[in-house]
Amino acid sequence: MTRISSMILLTGALSGLFGLGNVIAAEAVKGSAKYEKLEQCVEPTSVMRRNHFEFIKHQRNLTVHQGIRGSKYSLAGCVDCHARKDASGKYVPVNEEGQFCDECHDYVAIDLKCFECHATVPREK
Amino acid sequence: MKKIHFSEWGIDSPRYWGMLALLGAFVAVAGLSVLYMEHNGHWVTGMTNQIVWGMPHVFAIFLIVAASGALNVASIGTAFDKKVYKPLGRLSALLAITLLAGGLAVLVLDLGQPGRLLIAMTHYNFKSIFAWNIYLYMGFMAVVALYIWFMMDWRMNKYYKPVGILAFLWRIILTTGTGSIFGFIVARQGYDAAILAPMFVIMSFAYGLAVYILVLMFTFKVDGREIGDVVLRRLKNLLGVFAAAVFYFTLVYHLTNLYGTENHAYEAFILRDGGIYTLLFWGGWVFVGCLLPIGIVYHPALGKTRGGIIAAATAVILGGLATVYVIVIGGQAFPMAIFPGKTIVASGFFDGVNGQPFLYSPTLAETLLGIGGIALTLLLTFIAIRVLRFLPTSLANEVADPHYAKS
Amino acid sequence: MSKLEQEGRREFLKKAAAGTVVTLAPGVMLHSLSAEAAPRTEPVTGKVRWGMLIDANKCAEGCNDCVAACDKENGLNLVDMPEGADESLWERQRPRWIRQITLKDNLTGRLTSLPMMCQHCEEPPCADVCPTGASFRRADGIVMVDRHICIGCRYCMMACPYKARSFIHAEVAEKLTHTPRGKGCVESCNFCVHRLDNGQTTTACQDACKHQAIIFGDLNDPQSAVSQALKKYPSVAIRDDLKLNPGVRYSNI
Repeated sequence: MTRISSMILLTGALSGLFGLGNVIAAEAVKGSAKYEKLEQCVEPTSVMRRNHFEFIKHQRNLTVHQGIRGSKYSLAGCVDCHARKDASGKYVPVNEEGQFCDECHDYVAIDLKCFECHATVPREK
Repeated sequence: MKKIHFSEWGIDSPRYWGMLALLGAFVAVAGLSVLYMEHNGHWVTGMTNQIVWGMPHVFAIFLIVAASGALNVASIGTAFDKKVYKPLGRLSALLAITLLAGGLAVLVLDLGQPGRLLIAMTHYNFKSIFAWNIYLYMGFMAVVALYIWFMMDWRMNKYYKPVGILAFLWRIILTTGTGSIFGFIVARQGYDAAILAPMFVIMSFAYGLAVYILVLMFTFKVDGREIGDVVLRRLKNLLGVFAAAVFYFTLVYHLTNLYGTENHAYEAFILRDGGIYTLLFWGGWVFVGCLLPIGIVYHPALGKTRGGIIAAATAVILGGLATVYVIVIGGQAFPMAIFPGKTIVASGFFDGVNGQPFLYSPTLAETLLGIGGIALTLLLTFIAIRVLRFLPTSLANEVADPHYAKS
Repeated sequence: MSKLEQEGRREFLKKAAAGTVVTLAPGVMLHSLSAEAAPRTEPVTGKVRWGMLIDANKCAEGCNDCVAACDKENGLNLVDMPEGADESLWERQRPRWIRQITLKDNLTGRLTSLPMMCQHCEEPPCADVCPTGASFRRADGIVMVDRHICIGCRYCMMACPYKARSFIHAEVAEKLTHTPRGKGCVESCNFCVHRLDNGQTTTACQDACKHQAIIFGDLNDPQSAVSQALKKYPSVAIRDDLKLNPGVRYSNI
């Protein structure tokens, strides 16, 4: 029984930790992401809003199964352009609360699964 | 033989709801275990990159194997026209579905990505026996559900026999498929054997019947329904035959293995040096699972008592769990022979250095998930027999025995 | 969408890819940069079959360079032990793509060291058993996992004769852009596929091996270093009895 209660405690503690992580994250600076200086994304905004998932889903199959990289619809490209930096110049994850991906996905309540596996900040240079 | 009547399980409400609550609690605890395992990841289980299938798979495979076996009683009545088995058919088919549901639930909830079940339904690799099994399991449920309907609905009675035969054939293929999950693994010494498929079929006969006997006796006892010796004697004799058949296949499996030198190390591991696996093999698989029930069933005095029959069926189930444990975990714990003729003396990734077996100690959470599968099976069964007419009102000799009038 | 913008983007990605090489593997910078570093735009074909020859005589016992390089290249060093995990259990649960093994011949007692990883079979049992097709063999011979459709059943790990695969047992906080990784999927060596797709021709383990025990290249190209070496030296496939025709071969075991 103690084992179970410790499990539940642990689960609670862990979720608490994740919640905390969001709170203490450094403030992202507006205008620090590349997309904020561009007129539009790889397609017109309205097209992107509606179809971005179809684009990256299609691309993911091409990349994984056929090895086609660096096309304009890559998720790495999304992250690269849409991640803001904080005051110290460090990237803030795109899926963090209030950031580009989270903003809409939170609003429409659609789970964002990409970043369970994919990097949330642009690749290091 | 009189006309058979069926009725809903009529035990009084407090007792019924009490049972459901207890089973529901087990299922809920299993659910919490799943949340815990899925939230954290599989590091909270005893499963590793060496022992990749653990306790949940032992329970799941046992339940799935037992599911197809539970249908046997109905098949004997339908496909082989044994009259005395006909009234037993409905419960038998029901158990086939509920056992399968319990087993599949455990299997699916242990996946690394249980949320992607839809992918398993939409992406098929037809070379995979696993993918075939998904069809076989779903098809089995559908066929057996149809079978139950035709058994219960007199208007459909004329189609009942062909569906019964179809269900019987389906279950043979299904268990062959389950056995082949292991039989097709060419890489591992313990698994690469065609005999595993028929052995799983025989195991399913024994485990399914044992579960059936226990559920039948329990549901009848608490509801004050009568089971005559004629029915029980048949069932327990059949159980004895099945336990003996499992024993026979066990013998053949290991004797053929012992004949080939390449399998000597594996056989020595299971039969002599494997610690817990050796203990479970001799104590669980062979003694409790085979010899003990055979001894009880054919004992002139013990075999005639209800207690003896309950003990024999329980032994078959416990021995069966041990058997599946030895096959699933023991088969993985024995290091693969990646380099025949050589001994691995150092490795950066646990390759069975100096032939040492891999360690596995199941944690509470994964064991609770497995037990939850059994609870789910019983829960579904008890709900079904309460709302539909699965149980004959009586299986007393004068009702169930086709030769009663003559004798 | 302007063409110019797209071009600029591609240019940028190219630089990013090349930059990764510089920081990740300083010792091989020249070599890697000399290769044409352009992301692949056409689907891979069967004209190329990537493979390896590993010379066990050159592999030094106790050397861990290839393993460390692989860990770094593919982000395996970023997989942290979860809080509260048992250390010895976690060691058996953490992922590994390449490992060093020391063998002793049962008759002669001769010791051999060699690196083991996914052998990139032509007939991969992992792909055969995978229910969803997540485990697959790419046209150019690389056996890999499509994480998007892997359900985490681990049947491939049961079936692999080389014990080459790892299951991700815990959440991964930090991931690399070119090697996504998450809890609940199976993965294994992919011959540094991101390097190959971006126009490079070497793997991290090969670059890291100062004993030159690993030769990597196109098995279908008779002029490639690996084909030449395979022609010259006797080599074996591990578990050749299974007839899987692996792309990784060994000499002097």
